[in-house]
Amino acid sequence: MSENVNDKNNMSSTAESLPSVSPTPHVRDKSTTGRIMGCVLLGLLPATALGIYNFGPRALVIVISCIALCVLFEWGFEKLCKKKSTVKDLSAALTGLLLALNLPVNVPWYIPLVGSFVAIIVIKQLFGGLGQNFMNPALGARCFLVLSFSRYMTDFSYKSGWGGTDVISSATPLADVKNGLGFDLTSMFLGNEAGTIGETSALALLLGGIFLLCAGVITWHLTGMYLLSLVIFVAVFGGRGFDPAYIAAHLFGGGLMLGAFFMATDYVTRPITKKGQIIYGIFLGCLTGIFRIFGPGAEGVSYAIIIGNLIVPLIEKITVPRHFGYRNGS
Amino acid sequence: MPLFTFKGGIHPYDGKDLSKDKPIKNVEPGKELVFPLSQHIGAPAKALVEKGEHVLCGQCIAEAGGFVSAPVYSSVSGTVKCIEKRRTVTGDMADCIVIENDDSYEEALPLNDKPYEEMSRDEVIAAIQKAGIAGMGGAGFPTHVKLSPKDPDKIDTVIVNCAECEPYLTSDYRKMLEEPEKLIGGLQIEAGLFKNARGVLAVEDNKPDCIKLLRSMTKDMPNISVAALKTKYPQGSERQLIYAVTNRQINSSMLPADAGCIVNNVDTVIAVNEAVREGLPLIYRIVTVTGDAIKEPCNFRVRTGTKYKDLIEAAGGYKCKPEKIISGGPMMGFALFDLDVPVTKTSSALLCMSTDEVRKWEPSACINCGRCVDVCPSRLVPSLLADHAAHFNEEEFLALYGMECVECGSCSYVCPAKRQLVQMIKTMRRTQLAKRRK
Repeated sequence: MSENVNDKNNMSSTAESLPSVSPTPHVRDKSTTGRIMGCVLLGLLPATALGIYNFGPRALVIVISCIALCVLFEWGFEKLCKKKSTVKDLSAALTGLLLALNLPVNVPWYIPLVGSFVAIIVIKQLFGGLGQNFMNPALGARCFLVLSFSRYMTDFSYKSGWGGTDVISSATPLADVKNGLGFDLTSMFLGNEAGTIGETSALALLLGGIFLLCAGVITWHLTGMYLLSLVIFVAVFGGRGFDPAYIAAHLFGGGLMLGAFFMATDYVTRPITKKGQIIYGIFLGCLTGIFRIFGPGAEGVSYAIIIGNLIVPLIEKITVPRHFGYRNGS
Repeated sequence: MPLFTFKGGIHPYDGKDLSKDKPIKNVEPGKELVFPLSQHIGAPAKALVEKGEHVLCGQCIAEAGGFVSAPVYSSVSGTVKCIEKRRTVTGDMADCIVIENDDSYEEALPLNDKPYEEMSRDEVIAAIQKAGIAGMGGAGFPTHVKLSPKDPDKIDTVIVNCAECEPYLTSDYRKMLEEPEKLIGGLQIEAGLFKNARGVLAVEDNKPDCIKLLRSMTKDMPNISVAALKTKYPQGSERQLIYAVTNRQINSSMLPADAGCIVNNVDTVIAVNEAVREGLPLIYRIVTVTGDAIKEPCNFRVRTGTKYKDLIEAAGGYKCKPEKIISGGPMMGFALFDLDVPVTKTSSALLCMSTDEVRKWEPSACINCGRCVDVCPSRLVPSLLADHAAHFNEEEFLALYGMECVECGSCSYVCPAKRQLVQMIKTMRRTQLAKRRK
């Protein structure tokens, strides 16, 4: 009997000592999903910090609660469905942060809750979790909120900074631009303006965007074409010709920087090939231009990206790359 | 001069410093040598010897089983112990001739003694065929078949693949440094078979000493040039190499000859030189024994049929317990669980790694990041192909050109979700290829 036990032990020890066997390749790059999501979070840090600085403690509470709720919903849903938890890949945290940055500072407490639920449960998990959602969860949730709670979602009054007590009730700079009122490019650049928590400072978003470009998380194709095509669209149809201040106001105003660098570039919901990304960027630029200039509201980025998400499968279909050696016939 | 290259590819840690400065050493085989009958692509060789028969070193023990096939030679003198199924590097059991080494290394007569200068074109190819040479880079395609294209006059470039783009491998590098005259001699023989052909030695620029040496040795040969290639994986892949050197593209339904090219690996060309000029059969090859678990990483001149475990001993044994042992390079080599397998014509390296870095990663969901698309040398969409392969969507797999994959593994290497992309694609390709053959 004791011999048998020993045998068993020996067996298992030899099995363990065998070298492991797996299919090729036997080496892997260090990048992981979590690392990429972490990079995007890092890229959003300047905009988040500036948003909290400009809009005060309430903004901090919204950011923290959105992230916490998204992570909680993800964890809870996967627990419920007995799926492996994907909280560690940071994608839910990223969705939470993006959602928070897309909310005005004065929203009631249940808006982050509803938004996180729609983003994580409805848009992401019900469609199969990470990689399966057909639209950007944070943006989808934002559009849902704007349609359902438009009163709160378009109320951009805020108390200035941490010590401020006066409620500043003003329209967003982009609305001013649309209504032919004056606008201050410097404050649009620095973010000292009305708007959602994360969208107001073009400078902070540009810094984060350049970081993502340098880190290789995004490439110029999509973002560059998006911005360029919007500039051209605005110059042609804006009614002001090539007016640099007007064009700059369109670039720095509204959700464009946040959208072009951090939302449209969402891997899951943009085309996978560079060619597709260029087409997608042009499409988004034109759509944003149409919404902003011809639409009823001043904003257009969120809806442009959401509609863009829907045509991604079509773009993918027409941009299947030609394989190596294609010109010789296949 | 601009560097030749292709679009895509990756830059893995190359690990060549471990063994690149170690001169080639001879290693004596153990008591028992194993010769698989199928060390090449094509029909298996047919055994010519019987159990108990005495064989000489360099004696033919199995004849080619057809035109696309290659004979097998004994690399030692001794007695045929048995002919039976033994395990080979791929893990399969295959028919093998097992020879008991008598340690006297009695040599058989050379295969031919006609000087190269007096040989006709057909005689040269016959000598290569007779020597049992098959692509020693890993694929094992019989060399005489490669050298007999339908229209020999169309061949204008004979390329020697000196890229050695697989990480850790240094056997070709050592050969280039130590026996460049044999390499150039072999290339002259191959280029001489085609009246319109020039010879190109294509070397990655991480081997500047080889480029310099080969350039200085070939500067008086108008028909031979040295092309410096950009260092990246898979630069040595046949299609990518042809594109880098000639700017011509071929696809999966074409042969290099369709682009006017013949591509051979360094060791193969040297074997051709020895077969034609000295009448020697293919019984040696260079094997790099390396990795962070090996005490003294080395480049060995090994008699084919030698067991891998004898190579470990010759390299001083293990420094620590290896978690993973690979025959070949880390990108395309086979993981071994047993070292009682023989060195064949296509074994280029034995790589022992102290940690298995693949084991700690668990595949997760694709996030559509597109890194696999960026690196694919065949310009495919590996993430989609893998999805279609996993769901066995044959039609979509073929519509997305799945058969054009060269199985280099770059997609799996870069995947941040650690998906087994190339494995899924490979499985589907195998199924489709088997279907085509029916």
